[in-house]
Amino acid sequence: MSTGTALRAEQDRGRRAAQNKEKWAQGRTYISAAVILIWCLAPAYWMVVVAFREVGFTYDTSIFPTHVTLDNFITAFDTSFGNRFGQALLNSIFIGVVVTAISLLIGVFAAYALARLNFRFKFLVLGFILGASMFPGVALITPLFQLFTNIGWMGTYQALIIPNISFVLPLTVYTMTSFFREMPWELEESARVDGCTQGQAFRKVIMPLAAPAIFTTAILAFISSWNEFLIASQLSSDATQPVTVAIANFAGAQPQQIPYTAIMAAGTIVTIPLVILVLVFQRKIVAGLTAGAVK
Amino acid sequence: MATEVGPTPVKTPASGGTPIHHGPKGVGEDNKILSQGKWASWLLAPTIIALAVVIVYPIISAIVMSFQKDAGLDPATGLFTAGGPAGIQNYVNWIAQQCGTADGGTVACPPGTLGAQFWTATQTTFIFTIITVTLETILGFWMAMIMARSFKGRSLVRAAVLVPWAIPTAVTAQLWLFIFDFQGIANKLFNASILWTGSEWPAKWAVIIADTWKTTPFMALLILAGLQMIPAEVYEAAKVDGASAWQRFRMITLPLVKPALMVAILFRTLDALRMFDLPYILTGGANNTTTLSILVINQIRQGFNSAAALSTITFIIIFLVAFIFVRFLGANVVEQSGATGKGKK
Repeated sequence: MSTGTALRAEQDRGRRAAQNKEKWAQGRTYISAAVILIWCLAPAYWMVVVAFREVGFTYDTSIFPTHVTLDNFITAFDTSFGNRFGQALLNSIFIGVVVTAISLLIGVFAAYALARLNFRFKFLVLGFILGASMFPGVALITPLFQLFTNIGWMGTYQALIIPNISFVLPLTVYTMTSFFREMPWELEESARVDGCTQGQAFRKVIMPLAAPAIFTTAILAFISSWNEFLIASQLSSDATQPVTVAIANFAGAQPQQIPYTAIMAAGTIVTIPLVILVLVFQRKIVAGLTAGAVK
Repeated sequence: MATEVGPTPVKTPASGGTPIHHGPKGVGEDNKILSQGKWASWLLAPTIIALAVVIVYPIISAIVMSFQKDAGLDPATGLFTAGGPAGIQNYVNWIAQQCGTADGGTVACPPGTLGAQFWTATQTTFIFTIITVTLETILGFWMAMIMARSFKGRSLVRAAVLVPWAIPTAVTAQLWLFIFDFQGIANKLFNASILWTGSEWPAKWAVIIADTWKTTPFMALLILAGLQMIPAEVYEAAKVDGASAWQRFRMITLPLVKPALMVAILFRTLDALRMFDLPYILTGGANNTTTLSILVINQIRQGFNSAAALSTITFIIIFLVAFIFVRFLGANVVEQSGATGKGKK
């Protein structure tokens, strides 16, 4: 009897110890999660805080928003110091849309072939496309610089769009390839068996299934074009420069003084739509980002 | 001679080692593959042609250019000369850090000129690559392990890691330039007064920290995807067998996540070797933060052909590193991404 209670007490203690250990592990997870959150978000938060701070208090280091103003956003679009941020925004959108459209239009066929068909040299083609996506931009810039100078394309939109395709197209192809591999293609055959024509099967079964994959790929393609800096910094003119170049060269009233608050406002404008897009389609985007590497 | 073109090294060597083995098949199967092959070549043609135009053509013309002399004013006659064949002189000049002289000979480049920066730029590029990739791998692995656990708010963390990734590098550079300003928040928080962009190592660390912040999430997500491929039963079994947490990590997690990890490290290494935006905007390449990419860009306006030689050297370096990864460290990118393609139909 007494040994029984002792045993039970022992078991209780063991269970409580296990529970404590569990709780402690949970606690550590939360602390780690908090550290990750702060590490990832604090610099971005700081950008937004400074974007809303009066110019006179640029170097104010109080962590919470102080001296809040919208002036910086007006300064960001101000063209009197030679900045063309508004124009640059339009340029980036235009270049991004064209590059994305071309890459998707061409890449979707290649992705279909790579995911669905059996043919010789498949691994060679895959290797070529993956190699192309890892290609250093500087290796392209010199001949393109000379070529575009010779044919008078320097500073034109096509001079920015064509090199962008060199890294957006491979990205598009291998992201879509791995999405297409995951799709339940048997449904196409089932639809045919059920009496659909090839066209109907494609329209009613394949398109709705492929649409999210294509859309996610489009977002990834647009983001990588939107972020491009190296090629644009060399081949664009004042009239065609994208936002990345405009922000890097942002000038203030005094040449020696960097107009940080206006730059942070411009940075916020450039970033917020992307962040919203990314957060809304988070799950799909993570799948697309990691598609090439695992699976 | 001058137009001699090296083999276009764009093909990833990975594909060489993995021939597709078709088992014994009927004749019908072979016909099917043949007809699929025809289809495939039509579907692939636009992509291959586009990539040939935007990548293969520039590469070949860069290699051709790199064997030409730079056009310029002939110092002896004062007339404009078109250049002409240079053999491997452009390459020799970079590697030996020699600059051309008026009488056609070469001397050691004076300090401060672009020609004198080749080896420091190479060193800087590798320092950045080794430190950032190491930090990103360790931090990324840790973040991935946390994100793989189940806890309340996990989706919030997973969303938050995408924020640094989504911010354009040019914006990231300006943001960290401000953070590392002498009167900025970094000095304030750590109660330091460091001129971050004023001397070599603080400037290097500024670039490294900014790069680590920006790209660790990508690493973490790739590793997380690898972690999620490991079935939970494996861990359960190991727990039952009495394996400690460290043993489980070393004997299960690490080997099983290794393929994904190697690919992630390969991607990041190749990306870091071509690093340009961050140091270009953050430090302007001052204080020994000039990477090979920055050196190429600075050279372009001083002479296309030697810039082409330098960009070819850069490309060869990156290609060799990729080759070593794939050949000796077992980062089999094509196999990884092609694995599920096999067996299906």
